[in-house]
This record gives sequence, structure tokens and C-alpha cells, in this order.
Amino acid sequence: MYPADFDYVRATSAQEAVDLLAQNADSVLLAGGHSLIPMLKLRLTHPARLIDIGRVDEIRGVCEKDSTLRVGSLTTHNEIASSEIVQSQCRFLAEAAGKIGDPQVRNKGTIGGNIAHADPASDLPAVLVAVGATVHLLGPDGNRSIAAGDFFTGLLTTAKAPGEIITEIEIPACCEEGFGCAYLKVEHPASGYAVCGAAARVKMDGGTCAAASLAFNGVTPVVFNAWSDGSPLAGGPADDAAIDAAIDELAIDEPMGDIHASGEYRVALARAYGKRALKAARDRS
Amino acid sequence: MGSVIGTSVKRREDPDLITGKGKFTDDLALPGMLHASIVRSPHAHARIRSVDTSRAAAAAGVVAVYTGQDIADSEAGGVVPVGWLLPNLKTPAHPILAVDTVRYVGDGIAVVVAEGRYQARDAAELVAVDYEPLDAAVDAKGATAEGQPQVHEEAPGNVAFDWDLGDKTAVDAAFEGAAHVASIDLRNSRIVPFAIEPRAALASYDPEKGLTLRMTSQNPHVHRLLMSLASIDLPEHKIRVIAPEVGGGFGSKIHHYPDEAIASWCAMRIGRPVKWTATRSETNMTDAHGRDHVTHAEMALDGDGKILGFRVETYAAMGAYLSTFAPCVPTYLHGTLMSGQYDMPAIHIRVIGTFTNTAPVDAVRGAGRPEATFLIERLMDLAALETGLDPTEVRRRNFVPADAFPYQTQVALAYDSGDYETALDKALDKAGYAELRAEQQKRRDAGDSKLLGIGVCAYIEACGIAPSAVVGALGAQAGLYESAKVRVHPTGTVTVFSGSSAHGQGHLTTFAQIVSDRLGVPLENVDVVEGDTGEIPFGMGTYGSRSAAVGGSAIAKSLDKIIAKGAKIAAHLLEASESDLEFADNAWSVKGSPDKSVAWGDVCLQAYLAHNIPEGIEPGLEETTFYDPANFTYPFGTHIGVVEVDSETGEVEILRYIAVDDCGEQINPMIVEGQVHGGIAYGVGQALWEEAVYDDHGQLLTSTLLDYALPKAHQLPSFELDHTITPCPHNPLGVKGIGEAGTIASPATITNAVIDALAPYGVRHLDMPLEPEKLWRAMHSGEDA
Amino acid sequence: MGVRINLEVNGESYEREVEPRQLLVYFLREELGLTGTNVGCETSLCGACTILVDGQAIKACTQLAVQADGSSITTIEGLATNGDYHPLQQAFWDCHGLQCGFCTPGMIMAAADLLQRDSSPSETEVRQALKGNLCRCTGYHNIVRSVMTAAEGGS
Repeated sequence: MYPADFDYVRATSAQEAVDLLAQNADSVLLAGGHSLIPMLKLRLTHPARLIDIGRVDEIRGVCEKDSTLRVGSLTTHNEIASSEIVQSQCRFLAEAAGKIGDPQVRNKGTIGGNIAHADPASDLPAVLVAVGATVHLLGPDGNRSIAAGDFFTGLLTTAKAPGEIITEIEIPACCEEGFGCAYLKVEHPASGYAVCGAAARVKMDGGTCAAASLAFNGVTPVVFNAWSDGSPLAGGPADDAAIDAAIDELAIDEPMGDIHASGEYRVALARAYGKRALKAARDRS
Repeated sequence: MGSVIGTSVKRREDPDLITGKGKFTDDLALPGMLHASIVRSPHAHARIRSVDTSRAAAAAGVVAVYTGQDIADSEAGGVVPVGWLLPNLKTPAHPILAVDTVRYVGDGIAVVVAEGRYQARDAAELVAVDYEPLDAAVDAKGATAEGQPQVHEEAPGNVAFDWDLGDKTAVDAAFEGAAHVASIDLRNSRIVPFAIEPRAALASYDPEKGLTLRMTSQNPHVHRLLMSLASIDLPEHKIRVIAPEVGGGFGSKIHHYPDEAIASWCAMRIGRPVKWTATRSETNMTDAHGRDHVTHAEMALDGDGKILGFRVETYAAMGAYLSTFAPCVPTYLHGTLMSGQYDMPAIHIRVIGTFTNTAPVDAVRGAGRPEATFLIERLMDLAALETGLDPTEVRRRNFVPADAFPYQTQVALAYDSGDYETALDKALDKAGYAELRAEQQKRRDAGDSKLLGIGVCAYIEACGIAPSAVVGALGAQAGLYESAKVRVHPTGTVTVFSGSSAHGQGHLTTFAQIVSDRLGVPLENVDVVEGDTGEIPFGMGTYGSRSAAVGGSAIAKSLDKIIAKGAKIAAHLLEASESDLEFADNAWSVKGSPDKSVAWGDVCLQAYLAHNIPEGIEPGLEETTFYDPANFTYPFGTHIGVVEVDSETGEVEILRYIAVDDCGEQINPMIVEGQVHGGIAYGVGQALWEEAVYDDHGQLLTSTLLDYALPKAHQLPSFELDHTITPCPHNPLGVKGIGEAGTIASPATITNAVIDALAPYGVRHLDMPLEPEKLWRAMHSGEDA
Repeated sequence: MGVRINLEVNGESYEREVEPRQLLVYFLREELGLTGTNVGCETSLCGACTILVDGQAIKACTQLAVQADGSSITTIEGLATNGDYHPLQQAFWDCHGLQCGFCTPGMIMAAADLLQRDSSPSETEVRQALKGNLCRCTGYHNIVRSVMTAAEGGS
């Protein structure tokens, strides 16, 4: 309950945060604090210094530019869930953000902090992977970008280097004519994290499926991207039978388990909710 | 008299609590106060080779570090005792800090006392303990198997007691002629009581005045008595225990734990106030848990579905040490309930209490009665399956009839009053039972993936605990009366000092209602004081749904004495015969001559002026009663749950919850309903989500809310309540108690509903918690997952 | 090493030096003596410590005091105005929305956050909005009724 001692410094810009990180290797970034502070309280992590980026307004907020959504890394879950731009341009991101934790957590927790922590049971990773988002980083060597599918590399690990800071998440708009998306979630009965979170996106062209993507939170140690090489639904009608058949063929290996839901059960949930999410996305297209 | 009883008076407790002014234990600070952090064992079972406190003692802000040896070397008793004995009970000592062996994860080893709570925590990490880990016995029944690690040398086979009740020969004979036998093997899951306020203690010591201990207590006098008898080196009269606002108890704050004794010992040793406040993981590890039974039971029925006999064998985990009232919970609070609402001609129950390398187990809301009700009401559903009767019909055929009270059961208790069929019918009407069954059939016929389940539970409880001579004969090391001192002031206002000790039940309001009703004084002229051994004569506290029935009755008796003394003074003032007077509308008047009367205030004033009171009457107007109930009280009712199960995933949604309860007369219906609401949710938690899980090594896997699943607002429906009123015939208020009814009924109600939903899959029983995966496996066990 | 912070709590300005690791909830409770905000867990799940920071409900156990520098905070002690209860306080009293009262301050602050976003929520919305606040006494029934009542009274 009582964190161990640490030093504290406040950054006023993303660049200053990067410079501060470079000064002291045993530093961590503090944004909303909803991933970090619980770890500090349980003394599961012992950083020497926190760099508070909570006031770096240049990396906060949602805007739409060149038919893509740009979400600053300091944007809170609540701001995302209630953003009209997100609701209209990337509905399942709003849905997923609105299903994180509870209102108090959503008021404070940020998208950048969330994905940097890379909890596999969090709600955002599957959406970002399914929608094909890009993560923008600033580091000692300047800016770089990573596709969301490559960003999450393992349990609580990402492709972000220790000296880098997430500045922005770029999301291709996915709710124009023909696109539909949905995020469905089975909540962990204790923590509220995802036991299974299914993010589906479907593009219909008349009666034919032009593209479909599907990813899961909570099932495997890193977000599970069902069809990274293209959807078996593409080119077909994406009717219920086709969706059921496509999901039944899905192989999900090495799922996670805990006392509330074994890996085997999570896979069963993924199948059930994968189908439901795809059907919901199709019906919204 | 009074119209105040039976009305939903708003609670006078609330203004402080809705504004943040209410002071809970951790809210209190004293000058010079220090903070204690207890070093706890990460092992379920280990020998302590050595404890090195030197680094901790040198850490910033640290005032002292003490080990179990320091306490053992002092004059203090240094143990927490058990307060209920059974024949041949093994009672190994429970030191407040372990000296040579730790027996569960969370067992205390040392205490660090520092200027601040962060510093105490920092230094606790620096205490170096060298352990020799030992194997652990974890399972309530498995612990008795040959070759299991021994938790205590003095308890071979880990058996704490082996107890039975009833007529085994008669039961065996009943089974011989049975047309049907329903049997079950079940595990009643272990739960964490989980008051939202963690336990805390603030001890301050003055060598002249003694110890003042402010703590999270449901029974300050019991804590004082046990502390004085066994834990610290102070006589009872030099200890004052105060319960400030207490943030829920649910049983967990009845018991005497090492922690308040450690804080007190440190305060006495150091000479400065010491505060200890549990973190959440500490409470989950060390609050006495509830339930944890492994049971086999069989019920014999005749061809008409009438019960012939009932036999039960239960292994009940006691945990690593015997907590305060632990031995009584699975025996006298569980075994004696085995008749349920039913006329059972033969019953036998055996209970084996076992030591395990886990947190101690003791009374948690309902205490033994939820376990009993769960067992009986699960079996009644299985009996319905065996006999082909509707679950409500098999219950109806076996009810103790309304004209059979008082009813002597085959397991010691004599039920005072009841009308079980009326409550059942009211619940069925409210639920629309026939329509629900029709809807269920329709869904089943259509192969609907949303399975509808309807669960019924007809419960009885024994509360208003309890007649002292009876519990004494059964092993209690205390009487279970309650005290009430009623002090009438010269101006006619009233202060009540009650030995009950509320922690959410609203006694300041309901007890004032009793006074206002009996005396006819306005509510605002009545104050109620609880929770302070310095002010109250004695008290047994609040648990077992006893405060209205026992504490309230004590107040009523004292009020009767006040009225009787007042009548003597009034008769003197009116120059009338006492027997010609009646007391009504806050005045004494001569029967038939209402204008010949003397007002309450005049009598009160005269009692204190004493200028003109009858000879032989002492001045003053103050009466104390120690009310010892003649019997337990027996609330009852029927609950109905309606659930929907997703056949694809096993997820459960509670669609409706209907409760018809009979707690006798109701003092404040608003508070009665609130108790039912909370009680239902408490039991639903156990039915669907909650479980304290230990792994095979005795590691607690549910030490925080990340893993221990408490019911949340969005998981529950609003509840549909109604009631019947069958007054208690043997106490002056006619009340029975309502604090535990919901928790006693709802685990069986919801489990029966879920199993009913799964009937098309041939599922007959699943243990709680009914998590989706368990249901999914039950439905899909024949398929490849 | 202490860090100097300035903040406004319930309309009063405070300047204090705090340890960086000091959680906001302990700053409020132990530095400012505002003990109405309670601590019930250590994993940001019980909600007993809910307060409003710059108008938004947050869990004060999951924020450092230094993070609140420059903020305006409302705790349960600051909710009533000129001695009049906030409609939620009144409704919790009227509807028996509390028993032991330990979760109540956090519950009321979370409900206040909801009602300022949505003045007439449905029962389902109220229940969803309170999922971060645990109550062990009431089964939530009367808490939900209290919030609905306050919403009706305020609209």
C-alpha cells in the first residue's frame, strides 16, 4: 500500500522527458499512473526516479487529419470513449476505452500508459491491432513509428525502447461507408480486466466481404491477431455460417489461465465472442 | 402507545457519515502516535530458524522492532484464546507473534513501530527471517489423511474435534424403508468476510489510567475480556475498549486477533500511542475466513416425498488456530439447523473440525446457518428430482405445519413460531412461479441458447443468540445475554447505554424508536450510546442477528422498570393507588379518569428532586437490565431467484431476485429491507464469484481484489422484497432478527436456480462459486473443447 | 527529498512540502486531516477513496500528492454548500443508501461525477457508473435508488 521511496521530476515537453530518461537509466515515466502506481504500492517495481509527463499537453487530445485519427498518448480513456470523433471514426476504440476499469480509472488512465504497460488483459491492444494503428515514438534518435501489430511483443513487453516515449497513436478511419467494427468483452469477475476481449472490423462491399480483421485481448500473453495474413472471410458473403466456420478453424495456442478462467476456457470464449463481434461488426457495416 | 415502532424513521447515524465527519479507527490520531507494521510469514508452514531485526531497527524513523520472543519473555499472556469449547477439543496455543513455527501465510513474526506508516512498512521489509519451509495441510478433509503434515503436534491427524448430534440408529432404520434416497457430496467454499474497512487498532497507555484501545470491534467488552485474560498484562478494569465508527464487520470484527494485542503491547512497552491498520492483502490473509466445509449427506424419503431420515458428515476447516468462536460455528450453529423448515423424524450429523495451514475460520455473516441451509435446500431440489415432484411441492409436503409450534426438532432446537407455507405462497405469487415455469419450458422446447433457471430456497435460522445457560452447556465460555442501562434525566430526556455494538445496523435509530414508543417521549429526546467499555455496564455485542431481539429486549425490559418506578412516584403524587394507574401518551393517569394524571416530565423531575417521593423509593430514574433470552429466535422465509445462463459460454445473469422474509415484528422496515438487500448480495457473492483459494502449498491466491471477486453494482439486479409477520412469542418486542437472513438464503437460492437452468444437461450439482467456466464444462463435458 | 505543492481543497488553498511517494489519499487524510476519504483496498478497485480532482472523479489511492499540484480538489467534506447537503447526500440519507458508511463518501463522489455528465441516467447506467465502488452492506439496491432519486430531484 505504501510505495518505497523515489525521486520525482516533472517534464514540460516530450523532448524534455526523453532528455530526462537519458540522464538516469533507472527512471520511469508517470502519465496517468494507473499502471505504475498500483505496482509501486505493491512494491513490485522500485524505480529510482519518476518522470511525470502528466502535464505535457502537446501529446494530449484527439484530432482527425487526412482521414486518420490521431490520439495523443496522454489522452485519457474517458476522453477517447466520449470523443465524438472517435465514436464516429473508430467506434470500437471508443467502446473498448469505455469498458476499461471503471469511470474513475478512465478519468485518469491514458492510452499511452496503457499500451506501454502492455497488459495482455487490457482492452485497447486488440482494437489497435485489428484496426491497423501505428504507434509514434520519440527517442534520443528522434521520431519513429511502429505498427501496433509489431508494438506488442510479449507479456508486459513492447518494442518501445527504455529511452523512448509514446507520443501519438495514429488510427486509420474505419467507420466510413462499408466499414463496421465492434468490441465485446467478458470481464474478469474480480479485476474487471478482459478475460476475453474481441475486437472485430469488417468491410462489406455490397454483399461481399472486402476485408475483415479480428484480434483478442485476455486470451494469450500478447494480443492475439487472428488473421494477420488476411481474413478467410474476404471474398465471401460473411454470413453467419461463414463467420462460424472461419472462427471454428482458428487455432489459438498457448492461452493464459488463472483461477477464474483457464486457458482452455478462454479459447472457448474467444470463439464465442469472436463470432459475436464479427457479426456485430458486419451488421454495423 | 407509540406509533414509532414499525415506521421507517430516517437514520440518525447518517449525517456524520454522508459528510465525512464520521470517525473510523484509522481516522483517529493521537499526539506522539506511532505506526506499527507486522512482518508476516510468506510460508504456509515453516520453522523459524532465526529472526534478525538489526537492519530494521536502524532504519529511518524506527522506534522499536519486537519479535515473538520479546513478547514471550514479557509478563504478557501473549496468546489469543478460544472462547468456545467442545468435548475433547484440541486447543493449541495461539501466540500473538509466532516464536518457533509459522502455520499459515500471514502468521505474524515481528512488529516494526515507526514514526510514519511508510517508514514502518519500509523497515518491515528489512526484518530478515530464516525459515525452514515445511509441507502444508490445506484441505478441510484431506488434512486428516494419513501422511499429511501435522499443523499442531497435539492434534494427531489434524483433528480438532469430532462431534455429533442426533440419533444415528433411528436414521439408519429410516433409510432401510426408504422409497427414495437423495444424496450429495459438496464443498461449501471458503470466503473472505471482507468488510470494506480493514481492521485497525489504536492503543494508548497511561501507567496510572491504563490502556485505551480504539479498534474495529463488533463487541468491545468481549475484546477487553479476552485481552485481559490472555493477551496482555493488564487487569480488565484497566483496559478501555472503544469501537468508533466501524466500517462493516460481517463477523470478522467479532474475533480477537493478535493484531490489537500487539499494538497494545507495543504502546505499553514504548509509552506512546501505537496505531496498526491492516492493508487489504493483510485482511484477506488474516481476517478469519468463513465456511470451508466438505460434506456428504443423504436424505431418505417415502413414496409420497415425505422425509424419513437425514444423515450428514461434514469436515469443517478450523484453519491454523482456533479463532474466538470457531468450534461453535460448524457444530451448534450448523448441526442444530439440520431440520430446516421440515418435519424430519430422524436426523444425525457428525462434524469433524480440522486444522489446516490456512487462515483461521470463524463466524462470517450467517455463521453455520448458510452452510446448513445450502445443504438442506440443495438436497430438497435433489429430492424433487428423485421423487418427480416440483421443488416447491416436495418442500410443501415436508413443512412443519403452522399449527405445530412450538416445534421440537430432532437436533436440539425448539422452533418458537412460524408459518412457512404462507411465506412460500407469497413468494411464488410475487415471482409468478407458474408463468416462469411455462417460460422455461417454452425456451427449452425451442432450444433457446439462453437457459432460464428458477431457484427456490425455504430457509430457517436460529438467531437472537442466545440463552446463556443453554450455550454454556454447549461449551460457550461466555453468557450471551445483553445489557441495557436506561438513564432518564431530570428533564425527562433519555440516554440508553447498550451492550450491542453496531457497525452499520442503525441501532442509534432503532433503539431510540423502542424508547420513544414505550415512553412516548419524542425521538429527539433519546440518545443511544454504544461501543465503549468505559460507559456501558457490559455487552456481548452485535452478531448473530441478535441486537434487536436481545439488545432491544434488554432496553424494553429496562423501560418497563422505569415505567414501574415512575408509576410509584406518580401514584404518590396523584394520591392514587399504583394499580389504578395506566401509562399512556407520556403520562400516568387514573384509569377511567383521564384528567387525573401526572405528566412524564413531572415524574422525572420529582424523581431527581426527591422532595416528594414515596417512602422506600430511591431518588433518581435509571434502570439496568441484563436480558437473557428464553430461546433462540427463528426467522424464516422463502427466496426465489431467476437466472439466465448462456449455454455457449456459461455466463450467468441474475434476472430477478424475490425475497419474502419473516423476522417477526419490524421496528424500522426501511432498515429491515436494507439488511435483506445487503444479506442477499453477500450470499450471491459466494454463490457466483467469491472464493478464498489456497494452492496446494498453502499460498493464498486471492489476497487482493485483483483475484478475490466481490459483487459489484452492475452484476446485481434490484431486489423484490415482501414479508410476513409471525411475532416471536418469547421476547417483549416480538422481534426475531434480520441481519443474516439474506445471506442464509441466497447461496442456495442462486445455486438452485443455476442448477435448474442446467437441468437439460443432466447436471445435478455444482459447487460454489458458480463461475462461467464451471458451468461451461458441465454443459460441454461431452464435447471436444 | 520533499517537493513543494500548491493546491486547492474544498475551496481552501494549501501549500505543503510532500514526499514524492506520498499518495494523495494519505496527504488528504494525514496532512490536511480530511479523513472522510477512506482507504479500503490497495489495487484501485474498491473506490472508497474517490474524490473529485478538477471536477473529475478519481481514486486518490492511485494518485501521488505531487501529481495534484495546481489542482482543485473536492472531497466529501466539501460537497455541501452553505450548510445544505448536496442532493446526493440528501438522497443517500432519504433512501437509506448507506449502512456502515465507510464506502459512502467514495460512492457519493463517484455518483457526483456521473450526474454531472448525465443528469438522468437509467438504472443500468447508474450501476455501470458505480462498478468502481464496492459496498458490502447494501447490496447496492438503495445506493442505486439514492442516485436515481438525486438525479430526479436535480433535473
